[in-house]
Amino acid sequence: MAIKEIVNRSHSHWMDAEGADSDIVISSRVRVARNLAGIPFPHLLNKEKSNEVIHALRLALKNQEAADVLGNLELCELSELTPLERQILVDKHLISPDFLNKPEARTVVLRDDEVVSIMVNEEDHLRIQCLLPGLALMEAWNIIDKIDDGLEKTLDYAFCEKLGYLTSCPTNVGTGMRASVMLHLPALKLTKQLYGVLNALGKLGLTVRGLYGEGTEALGDLYQISNQITLGQSEEDITNNLISSTRQIIAQERAARQVLYQKGAQAVEDRVYRAYGTLKYARILTSEEAMRHISDLRLGVAMKIIPGIRVSLLNELMVKIRPAFLSKIFGREMTPPERDVYRAGLVRKEFAGLPC
Amino acid sequence: MLCDRCGQRQATVHLTEITNGYKKETHLCQFCANEIQPQGFGFPPQLNLHHFLAGLLNHELGGVGFGQQPATGGDKCTSCGMSEGQIMKHGLLGCGHCYTHFEEKLQPLLRRIHGNTRHTGKVPGRTGGRARLVKEIEKLKSQLKEAVSREEFERAAQLRDAIRDLEKTLEEGGEA
Repeated sequence: MAIKEIVNRSHSHWMDAEGADSDIVISSRVRVARNLAGIPFPHLLNKEKSNEVIHALRLALKNQEAADVLGNLELCELSELTPLERQILVDKHLISPDFLNKPEARTVVLRDDEVVSIMVNEEDHLRIQCLLPGLALMEAWNIIDKIDDGLEKTLDYAFCEKLGYLTSCPTNVGTGMRASVMLHLPALKLTKQLYGVLNALGKLGLTVRGLYGEGTEALGDLYQISNQITLGQSEEDITNNLISSTRQIIAQERAARQVLYQKGAQAVEDRVYRAYGTLKYARILTSEEAMRHISDLRLGVAMKIIPGIRVSLLNELMVKIRPAFLSKIFGREMTPPERDVYRAGLVRKEFAGLPC
Repeated sequence: MLCDRCGQRQATVHLTEITNGYKKETHLCQFCANEIQPQGFGFPPQLNLHHFLAGLLNHELGGVGFGQQPATGGDKCTSCGMSEGQIMKHGLLGCGHCYTHFEEKLQPLLRRIHGNTRHTGKVPGRTGGRARLVKEIEKLKSQLKEAVSREEFERAAQLRDAIRDLEKTLEEGGEA
């Protein structure tokens, strides 16, 4: 079955480093929250009622008109997956960490290319997500828009003229839309300009988070920037606002990279090559250390300091070195020290035979 | 004194945070202090969103609204039975009808979160017929205003007629 395949492969389409500005923008994501009319929100539902939501979605997915736009989707109950497999879906950004808190009566729908996923009975009945590589927010919104229309052929959404799509949490009401980009900003961090940039974003109604959403630290210099406001702006406005802000940040990051290089080319090269050396030869690697070096190496590849390494490999490694995926390849859970050794071995293998 | 974070280097940065009257001291080495900046310093620890919302609800409504009620008490939504107290506690509403039932109390909160209290985005095709009509009328009205300001009176007249037709359909309770 396809979902088992998805959790067994470390690669996802969003890692492909295709498309615009993929040296800095790793991925673009749009998700919308939708609820069914006449059914209380998921946190008030018992198992039986939750299953009604799943059943309604199942029917909606069968609608021919919907199926045409939706492509090859598969529905899987979270309880059918092992905890490890669930964590891999989180690490691949296909479901949210919160989704794992109450695995019963929660279902995930995935398209086999991992571009589209739907979480059923998370905070809202449906959370429909589209995840693409590079800066491709409008494309992601267009895909979501079509899927949403397809599902609405069958489903009655909780919607009111005044407040738009009604959601469990009032922070999502209106469009129910959260658009975000995942950015790699090592130079802004190194030059200590990040604080200023992030501060300015707050004033524009955007928020910044670490790699795995709310409350997570910015591992590997990765920052997720998303819209805060969902009411009173159209989906296109939200998307365009985020695109233009992202462009500004990209320009600033590029400028910072140049300044870094002009001020101390050797220092930058040294940092990049040390990172490469460690990844290529280390025998013990914690995930924190690995992420730090992958980030430095990614900077070096983007600045064309090191040739012959694909950015997509580095994007993929960021997921592959996480505990869940390592354990999956290894075949069982490992102790942290075992894992650090295994991680180093796996990373070495990826870089073996590469130049330099 | 050794760094609280790495436990290896000498702590040279001493951070005192006071949150809700509790004092917390952190001692860090220069290296770790740089590492956690700018995430750490000057920013309060990440608040749980729902608790934060609950606090906002409480603040917004002062003495009259949410927050004055025990967990199960207060006004209840007639559809799902969620009480003000429960909403306060969880920061989540119970169902779509809660937005209507608690409308007055939610307005200031929505304004505070979004700076706005009116949806201007997508309208569902099948279930949003009426809303679609309202949106279309609003669009035409802004076009009308523009036409008048440009003194394109012929176009303005056409737009006015179109608006009138749509408003009539709306009054009759029909759909677009």
